[in-house]
Amino acid sequence: MKKKKWFIILLYFFLCVTGFGQDAASLLQKVKEKLGKINDYRATGIMKTEASFLKVPEANVTIYYKRPDKLKIKNEKGISLVPKGALSISLSNLLKGNYTVIDAGARAVQNDKLKIIKLLPLDENPDIVLSTLYIDANKALVTKAITTTKDNGTYEVDLSYGKYIAYALPDKAVFTFNTKDYKLPEGVTFDYDDGTKKKTKSAVSANKGKVEIDYSSYSINQGLPDGVFK
Amino acid sequence: MWKLLKIELFKIFKRPRTYISFGAIAAMILIIQLGLKFDGKSYLQLLMSGISDSFYVPYDMILNGYLVAFVILNTLLIQVPLLIALVAGDAVAGEANMGTLRLLVTKPVSRTELMLAKFFASVVYTVLLLIWMALLALCLSMLFFGTNDMLVVRNDVMEQISRNDVLWRYIAAFGYASVALSTVAALAFFLSVFAENSIGPIVSTISIVVVLTILSEMKIPLYDDTVKPYLFTSHMLAWKGFFYSKANGNGQAIAGSVENMPAILRSLGVLLAYMIAFVTSAIIVFRRKDILS
Amino acid sequence: MSAIKVSNLCKHFNELTAVDGLSFSVNEGDVYGFLGQNGAGKSTTIRMLLTLIEPSDGEIEIFGLNLHSHRKEILRKTGAVIERPDLYKYLTAFENISLFAQMSGIRLSRKELMDRLEQVGLSERAHGKVNTFSLGMKQRLGISIALVNDPQLVVLDEPANGLDPQGIADIRNLILHLSNHEGRTVLVSSHLLSEIELIANRMLIIDHGKKMVEGSVQELFKTPEMIVEFQAVNADKAMTIISESSWQKFFSKRQEDTLTFKLDRKDIPALNNYFVEKEIGVLSIRPVHSLENYFLSLTSSAQHVEAFKN
Repeated sequence: MKKKKWFIILLYFFLCVTGFGQDAASLLQKVKEKLGKINDYRATGIMKTEASFLKVPEANVTIYYKRPDKLKIKNEKGISLVPKGALSISLSNLLKGNYTVIDAGARAVQNDKLKIIKLLPLDENPDIVLSTLYIDANKALVTKAITTTKDNGTYEVDLSYGKYIAYALPDKAVFTFNTKDYKLPEGVTFDYDDGTKKKTKSAVSANKGKVEIDYSSYSINQGLPDGVFK
Repeated sequence: MWKLLKIELFKIFKRPRTYISFGAIAAMILIIQLGLKFDGKSYLQLLMSGISDSFYVPYDMILNGYLVAFVILNTLLIQVPLLIALVAGDAVAGEANMGTLRLLVTKPVSRTELMLAKFFASVVYTVLLLIWMALLALCLSMLFFGTNDMLVVRNDVMEQISRNDVLWRYIAAFGYASVALSTVAALAFFLSVFAENSIGPIVSTISIVVVLTILSEMKIPLYDDTVKPYLFTSHMLAWKGFFYSKANGNGQAIAGSVENMPAILRSLGVLLAYMIAFVTSAIIVFRRKDILS
Repeated sequence: MSAIKVSNLCKHFNELTAVDGLSFSVNEGDVYGFLGQNGAGKSTTIRMLLTLIEPSDGEIEIFGLNLHSHRKEILRKTGAVIERPDLYKYLTAFENISLFAQMSGIRLSRKELMDRLEQVGLSERAHGKVNTFSLGMKQRLGISIALVNDPQLVVLDEPANGLDPQGIADIRNLILHLSNHEGRTVLVSSHLLSEIELIANRMLIIDHGKKMVEGSVQELFKTPEMIVEFQAVNADKAMTIISESSWQKFFSKRQEDTLTFKLDRKDIPALNNYFVEKEIGVLSIRPVHSLENYFLSLTSSAQHVEAFKN
């Protein structure tokens, strides 16, 4: 029985990799090439953070990227709480390393035909357990990525493109992540109780958080010192 | 009236005990600042434990003057009533104990005027104490720790306030705190009328404030809607309301907004009502009081 | 015109009646002695005159004005030292007098205030804290403060209490000065008849809140009956002789070698002669003015005879 199960899994893998794998791998290669044009960028944008337990103002942020995997979101005028895993808004972070590419079919979303590709890392002890990419095959653009991590749960990135589509850089990135329960003891905070009953104020469900970045401009391949990533 | 107030203030600020409060506040603030300077991170880790799993927390930036001032106020506004009571509780009882009350009351000044002058002198002392606190807790912390956005940790939500949206909130909070503490002064002042020495009113004021604060802070459903809204201590914390912002539809904090201004104003109203009640009762009792000391 | 006119004044503290239907009047320019034992109701009465205590009943008029309705006006023209001269200990003498001058609605220059302190011999200690002062100094400062508004009426409650003989003499001279040279009305209370006798022209004695007697001091001391103490060389023998004689009815008590009689003033020489005749050596003859004894003399003799029999 156990053997049979393994056989099916192996068969599935075999089919994926050989049957459709070539197609998926080449699409992925195209995506990678497109992304490869960028050595570094410095982008400005507005970041909105949304979580049931957070009340944070919109922040003007600067996003620094450098090949292969350096990414930093900075609020030059203040503090920005950046969710762990948010670095996956930079796709090259997801695409680095060795993995098995699995074609998981296609789906039509709003007139676009999206190809679904799953990446299974081959590392001994990977942080990322599984990534799923939704790729617009015609434009070779990733519009959605779902990543399951070992420690930080699952997060999703939705990317929309516009002005910087040629560089495969999004105009907007929405990052959705899992959160843990937030509750501090009263004795620590001594809150003012204004007598109103608390209602759920956010559209986001209790255990989900969302970070939205609206990029306003990129300056690409101008060179960046490593110091900004510290 | 102005002349009487000046006389009362002169007496307050000629007494060494008045400066104990200023010294105590300076010492407490410096100790907290020193502690946070050297071990602020572990304190913040406790405070941020709710989000540090899901977020990168820039502790160095969070530990800034605005946050330190908030921590100090949070701690101190529980101790300061003692210092207020030290002076306000002494206003009448201290004079009775010293024997000067009988001399005061034989002067051609009405007892009501005398009492109002004494109460307002306590209020001036309270406000000066708060200004002193503001200077040390806010200005000094800003100097030592710099400024940045301010994180306000509540038990169910964490708020971030842009750095240029903070200062007016502190001014409003100090303004509110001066009313809250003047209410404590009014209570001590009221109790002072009944005593022949100042220990009684000082200790009773503190006991009342402590017991009621515990009642206010305990989450007992039975009290939540019945007793708590009527305790003045429940409203003393409303200064914090100025640090709670409104959120827009997407859950982002709106700069320059206050989450629940009507609630703060209502709390202010409750405190003022208590203050007026305490002072009026004190005057009524004192007007009828036979001075036997 | 009366400086003070009190009618039917009463004060009850719960069950206790401290002042019971007291009426008296003080004329302008009087040094009015107010006598009574401790607890007789003197302080309560004085505190009612100064609006420290609200009367339960009765009327007080000062300077012809109702005290209740003209409180400020009356207090502006009144100065008082009530019991101990308690002042702000943490302030200097100068700060104390300046503060109370302002409260009395008086504007005095620095120099004028220093002059006031000079008058009571405190100019050198003007800037010393009161907590370093002796009781006498405090008393003088208290009086200086009471007089800072040049009051027409000065009320001094037990001013001699706790003072040394020099201090008592100083107070006595001051009161006479206030009355004789400055024409002020002075109400002074004491439990010592000897003090009052020396300075007052009129006096009131109260006991248990009630008036015992009121009148001019001269008249009161002229009462024909008085208490006289005879100190005898041989008191035993003197006792025997007296008990066999008609003087027996004047005898009140014996204490060691002193025999006390209550008798008419003009009979003193006769009694002395009688002792001489019977060869009893008389060491001294002393009329007694202590208030207790004065009270004795005012109460009915029958009661005392009863007392002595026991």
